[in-house]
Amino acid sequence: MPGPRAVGSPVAATVQELVEHALATSTADDCIVIAHHTTSANLRWANNTLTTNGAMKRIDVAVVSFVRHAGGPASGSMSGSASTREQVAALVAAADEAARSADPASDAQDLVSGAAAAEWADPPRETDIHVFDTFAPALGEAFQRARGGGRVLYGFVDHRVTTTYLASSTGLRLRHVQPTGHYGCTGKSADLSNSAWVGGATRDFVGVDPLALEAEVERRLGWGARQVDLPAGRYDSILPPTAVADLMIDAYWYAGARDAHDGQSVFSRHGGGTRIGDQVARPEVTLLSDPAYPGLECASHVAVSSSGDDQSVFDNGLPLDRTAWIDHGRLSALRQTRETAALTEQPVTPAIDNLVLDVEGAAGSIDDLVSDTERGLLLTCLWYIRAVDPQTLLLTGLTRDGVYLVENGEITGAVNNFRFNESPVDLLRRFSHASATVPAFSREWGDDYFSRTAMPALRVPDFNMSSVSQAR
Amino acid sequence: MPGLDPGFTALPYRALGDVALQRARDLGATHADFRFERVRWQHVRVRDGALQGAADDQDLGFAVRVIHGGAWGFASGVHLTADEAVRVAEAAVEVAKVSSALVTLQVEIAPEPVYDDVTWVSSYAQDPFEVSLHDKAAVLLDWTDRLRRHEAVGHATAEVLCVHENKYYADLAGTHTTQQRVRLEPAFTAMGSDERRGIFDDMASICPPAGRGWEYVVGRPADGAWDWDAELAEVPDLLAEKLAAPTVQAGTYDLVIHPSNLWLTIHESVGHATELDRALGYEANYAGTSFATIDRLGSLTYGSPVMHVTGDRTIEHGLATIGYDDEGVATQSWDIVRDGTLVGYQLDRPMAHLHPELNPHDGLGRSNGCAYADSPGHIPIQRMANVSLQPSGDDTSTDDLIGRVEDGLYVVGDKSWSIDMQRFNFQFTGQRFYAIRDGELAGQVRDAAYQATTTDFWGSMEAVGGPDTWVLGGAFNCGKAQPGQVASVSHGCPTALFRGVRILNTDDEGAH
Repeated sequence: MPGPRAVGSPVAATVQELVEHALATSTADDCIVIAHHTTSANLRWANNTLTTNGAMKRIDVAVVSFVRHAGGPASGSMSGSASTREQVAALVAAADEAARSADPASDAQDLVSGAAAAEWADPPRETDIHVFDTFAPALGEAFQRARGGGRVLYGFVDHRVTTTYLASSTGLRLRHVQPTGHYGCTGKSADLSNSAWVGGATRDFVGVDPLALEAEVERRLGWGARQVDLPAGRYDSILPPTAVADLMIDAYWYAGARDAHDGQSVFSRHGGGTRIGDQVARPEVTLLSDPAYPGLECASHVAVSSSGDDQSVFDNGLPLDRTAWIDHGRLSALRQTRETAALTEQPVTPAIDNLVLDVEGAAGSIDDLVSDTERGLLLTCLWYIRAVDPQTLLLTGLTRDGVYLVENGEITGAVNNFRFNESPVDLLRRFSHASATVPAFSREWGDDYFSRTAMPALRVPDFNMSSVSQAR
Repeated sequence: MPGLDPGFTALPYRALGDVALQRARDLGATHADFRFERVRWQHVRVRDGALQGAADDQDLGFAVRVIHGGAWGFASGVHLTADEAVRVAEAAVEVAKVSSALVTLQVEIAPEPVYDDVTWVSSYAQDPFEVSLHDKAAVLLDWTDRLRRHEAVGHATAEVLCVHENKYYADLAGTHTTQQRVRLEPAFTAMGSDERRGIFDDMASICPPAGRGWEYVVGRPADGAWDWDAELAEVPDLLAEKLAAPTVQAGTYDLVIHPSNLWLTIHESVGHATELDRALGYEANYAGTSFATIDRLGSLTYGSPVMHVTGDRTIEHGLATIGYDDEGVATQSWDIVRDGTLVGYQLDRPMAHLHPELNPHDGLGRSNGCAYADSPGHIPIQRMANVSLQPSGDDTSTDDLIGRVEDGLYVVGDKSWSIDMQRFNFQFTGQRFYAIRDGELAGQVRDAAYQATTTDFWGSMEAVGGPDTWVLGGAFNCGKAQPGQVASVSHGCPTALFRGVRILNTDDEGAH
């Protein structure tokens, strides 16, 4: 039986040491190493009590090796959890071998070269369970308040900080710190017949107040005091920023240049090529990504560990700049690698980890859209959104946790849920009113995939509610 | 059959577990478990005869979960040292302390016998990680080349996702399990267009992912491999037929649904709806709850009398199959819907403690073994067992079922799927819909989706096929929980006949 400190001889290294060790160990012609140092903490609750909670830490290292064959460069990628030089060396050996045995890569390009960024030597930033030191006791008060008011709370808060180090044999030494956090709270009436949700994104949990969330849940459940059953049909509907984010993220994900060029997406031109240059939305609409967008800051260079339709390991380190995907209603860019940019004869516009929808001239808030509506629906968020027809990007999904009836500018009750069938691209042509753009958090995609969005609320005069859902 | 991978058994999981559990005990944990995992992934993708990407990934680390002060605490780490094992145990207790002030229901777990140092390995012949990348890519390149020889196919992709999973579990009660699973998901898609009609479409393989090795790709169909030659030969013609097919007339139809489509409907409308954590509200903020609430156990008419659904984590080649779950529970099989009535749920140990009556067969109130975490960095929660619709006891064939339909549709292959937060309202499309006229197939139609409410749909199931029609389908990508976790799960089912289901025309749905 070993003693309590006798296990595990390998010595942990700093992340930069791991990365440099990988580059020094590789016997390939070139090598790129991407290390993600991630710490996270979360609290989860249901039925007015905490359920599962955790604090996690991980270091993932991706090694991409490049070997020049007679027919052109080939790449090999190997990634995994790694905290020692020995573990990293094993990854390097596997990546080098994969590159040697691979066929020449169809996406081969010259690697990006550069120098060490000023912050390269800085250590990773971290978070831990104490990020909730203010939030947690207040959540306890919120539980008590909800119990006293006959409400039941369910929710989740998550905070994570990922520091990414990207280094290459061509000299790149890039570092990026990405704080990501989000909060969501579902509230139900005691008989579970009435449901509401509030949520959002945060970088640091400063100012996120469980009591304020609970109060908003109470207000929304109050709207459900009058229940109204409505049939399926086309409704004048106000989509709040979170629901607009749900839909626009899908539009962004389906905006790959490869599929468009190959004639398999809503952005394909009949007869060949892409629809770049076509008017696809109202002329006031601009859909963009920008690594420097205030509050939504994200990585300003490409960092990917494998190639695919719309990303290439050869592009690692390429700078990312503000990109308008739709510019004043015209499709202006698709998610590109250098390979597909050559194929489509378009500028290189790689994916960026945020998304902003801006409607020129739009002002005011969602409350203004409500007050201007004679009779319509106010949605809370959407759920289980899936593509039905890529030709039009028809999506199906459901309303969730609150559909409210608007009559003469006032919210007058809660309505049953619906299944919808709609295309986000078509909505950008058909909406009648928009609010100002504000920070938004997609209920459908924000938790795990895409949390950095800013959207307006949109009012759509004929939103297709295909059938009624009994879900409450 | 292969044994445990020596590359895993050489890792220091036993010693780290001993250190971590001792530290948790010393800090006053009333329960503690230690889970050490190595999960290897490989994804190889080919497009139009060129290798587009190949990536290997490995998730290696460990976690400590404790009950301390009546609350859960969880922490994980990746440094494989004794110091880190101690730190992670201490962090788990610290998380529990933060939580305990807010807990109103003290956490307890159901009893389970101790399994002292047992091993389990899934059923496969050839570890896909022992096959070279070159050989895997060669198979996929051949697939896209064969597909693209047909004039209807403009572009083609092929890919395979391979997983090799090792888990070591130990707890303060004395259970030690060491397990290994292999699974893979091969796939291809052929894409084409009809310039005259101005449409494009695709058709994908209906091969289900399976808990099998590389023999599933290159072996003989008689030995359980998928018949790739047959499918690669027929898909281009099927795609050409689909591109030329008339659009469906929206309305109400009788449906005969092939297992390659029905497995997903089972997954969404029965599998998730009978997860007890959903029924109890634990997923209310994310995946959702369930209409199949616990007060309706034994009385809810879920479907027609021919509906018999089981849960299991034991079937050979099942994606959720394993010897012991992530709480050290020996896996089992049980009824979920019997003769059309809800009779069972999927459980983990904390929920089984709250509802011991839900596992009546052993009289101990044990869990039925559905705890799972997809990574050493994630908390085990109740995840789906292999939830399967049982076949009839006779030899009813798919042709027999089609022969009973005067005017209907035959649905093959899954595609788009969506269901609401309580598992009432769903909508599915498929790879191909065939018209049925007077008991015979009458060519494909386009643009169809079926939409229904769960209990109406299963209540309309008039007949199920016999054992010869039964296929074990499944998915690699079942999502649930916060933080999000992904699980693989299988669903077996026969071909089945449903009466009077709503069919949408998706072109009409999107028209304005």
